[in-house]
Amino acid sequence: MQDNLIIGGHAFTSRLLLGTGKFTLDKMLSVIENGGAQIVTVALRRANAGGEGNILDYIPDGITLMPNTSGARTAAEAVRIARLSREMGCGDFIKIEIIPDTKYLMPDNIETLKATEILANEGFVVLPYMNPDLNVARQLVNAGAAAVMPLGAPIGSNKGLRTKELLSILIAEIEKPVIVDAGIGRPSQACEAMEMGADAVLVNTAVASAKHPHEMALAFKKAVEAGREAFLAGAGRVLATQAEASSPLTGFVE
Amino acid sequence: MLTQSLTSDIHVMDRVLADYHAVDFSSCTDEDVLEALSAQTTSIRDFAALLSPCAGKYLEQMAAKAKALTEQYFGVNKCLYTPLYIANYCVNHCSYCGFNCTNKIHRAKLTMEEIEQEAQAISSTGLREILLLTGESRFHSDVEYIGEAVKIMRRYFNTIGLEVYPMDVSEYEYLHSLGADYVSVYQETYDRDVYDKVHISGPKKVYDYRFNALERAIQGGMRGGGLGALLGLSDFRRDAFGSGLHAYWLQKKYPAAELSFSVPRLRPYVNNDDNQSGVGDRDFLQVILAYRIFMPFMGFSLSSRENAAFRDNCAALAPTKISAGVKTGVGGHSEEEKGDVQFKTSDERSVDEIYNALLKRGLQPVFNDYVYIIDAV
Repeated sequence: MQDNLIIGGHAFTSRLLLGTGKFTLDKMLSVIENGGAQIVTVALRRANAGGEGNILDYIPDGITLMPNTSGARTAAEAVRIARLSREMGCGDFIKIEIIPDTKYLMPDNIETLKATEILANEGFVVLPYMNPDLNVARQLVNAGAAAVMPLGAPIGSNKGLRTKELLSILIAEIEKPVIVDAGIGRPSQACEAMEMGADAVLVNTAVASAKHPHEMALAFKKAVEAGREAFLAGAGRVLATQAEASSPLTGFVE
Repeated sequence: MLTQSLTSDIHVMDRVLADYHAVDFSSCTDEDVLEALSAQTTSIRDFAALLSPCAGKYLEQMAAKAKALTEQYFGVNKCLYTPLYIANYCVNHCSYCGFNCTNKIHRAKLTMEEIEQEAQAISSTGLREILLLTGESRFHSDVEYIGEAVKIMRRYFNTIGLEVYPMDVSEYEYLHSLGADYVSVYQETYDRDVYDKVHISGPKKVYDYRFNALERAIQGGMRGGGLGALLGLSDFRRDAFGSGLHAYWLQKKYPAAELSFSVPRLRPYVNNDDNQSGVGDRDFLQVILAYRIFMPFMGFSLSSRENAAFRDNCAALAPTKISAGVKTGVGGHSEEEKGDVQFKTSDERSVDEIYNALLKRGLQPVFNDYVYIIDAV
């Protein structure tokens, strides 16, 4: 049986989503190809329609574009950017990024929820970037989000799955795809997220800041595939390090 | 509301000046510098250590850290922009500036037709970001004149910044509504006594009004702003410290504001070839790196006051924004400059030349990194 990632009714075989914002444009093609990515996110603010160095011109055909609302600080701004994105022919996928904090770049869950509601009603395939809060994740899904995209660590930090406990709760409880976005710095961390049962991961800085980005993209592809296969295979029980209790706790029943 | 602060009890100027006066760079030791270099987040104390004379021998380590942080936050992207001087009339007498009202230079003010021609010429080079400048003269370049220029810029550029005289909140609101979204106001020096001495006459003499201008710009709806000290007017370490603190407390008070450092050094100007900063390249680079390490998330622009070699070598270490095709006289992009220059530029390369120089270094020149959503209320 085909193991597809389904987002907003679209099926994808790749579970590695790539960001495009941090390397030179001439590396784009080899990174996307090596990573086997079928979905890439692009900041709409980087678009330069009809002008030079337009990032959109560098995305290969056949790739599903997931424009993001980078630069938005409120729901109103994110909604405006999403509509612009659609007008520019960037499709219906939209990753909501609402960041009213320049220092830590933390997403604003409350504004994100508001924007999700509006954009889902307008027929967008809404993918909200969020702090991994279970209650907000549920509300986002109720509001029409096609997936949730919780952060593993502060964006760009390469620190790995610092929010692991919270991510595992979302993975267990949220029926829509859980895509771990932000913070993943190494293939082993991407693999771990997938082993935990995340539906996909999104990586940008880890690839862009590697000495050889296209080779790192390949490493991530393999890691994500390995993690997914391990998850599907059902990892064995981890043995407890403590000895069993000496007198049985259940000896009182026959 | 973004224009309101969540921590409105912060009095930015008081906080800045308290540390500005208290700092003692001579007491910073090697240990302090090493601690600052290994810290996860850079404290105000660490920042002082990085600016101290003692940190001078750790320039290489500072550069490595600054480069890694710049890449972490901004990748290899370098946004390109150019300044457009639309008028050079000025009522201020500032001892260090070529536009000062006593300097016998050719004064000019562009008409709207001329501004449009300049906009056309600049946008044909591929640039999508413009910084509009005037001298300080509410008579020759009033807010309405600047507003009309902003309206023209709106048709040719995505990002519009202003480097004009400080204004009231309502005036910033007005210019913001027309499409300007960034405001630069440099305090020049944070030392009140020196400030008073070098600003001999004119409205710029009022230290506090200038200091608080960025806050008013943010309250007026501007997305962000640029700040910095003009290095060489006073003790450059202390002034660099002052503008770092200014950014630090502004960001604390307005976490959404997109702030950006600039690091101008004194430059010679018409009728004053001796206007040198006395800040050597090593010290200057140390300031740039200290800023970057202290506030790794902030924008950073490196102007054409610096020469091509310095800018090219520095590009990967801290800047996020680099000017290209620069003229500091009035106009000059579509035809001859109509008024004399504010200072003598050191890097006169065209947009194409800078574009290619960046690419050669594995950096990505970026023409647009902004979406116009001012009407999204």
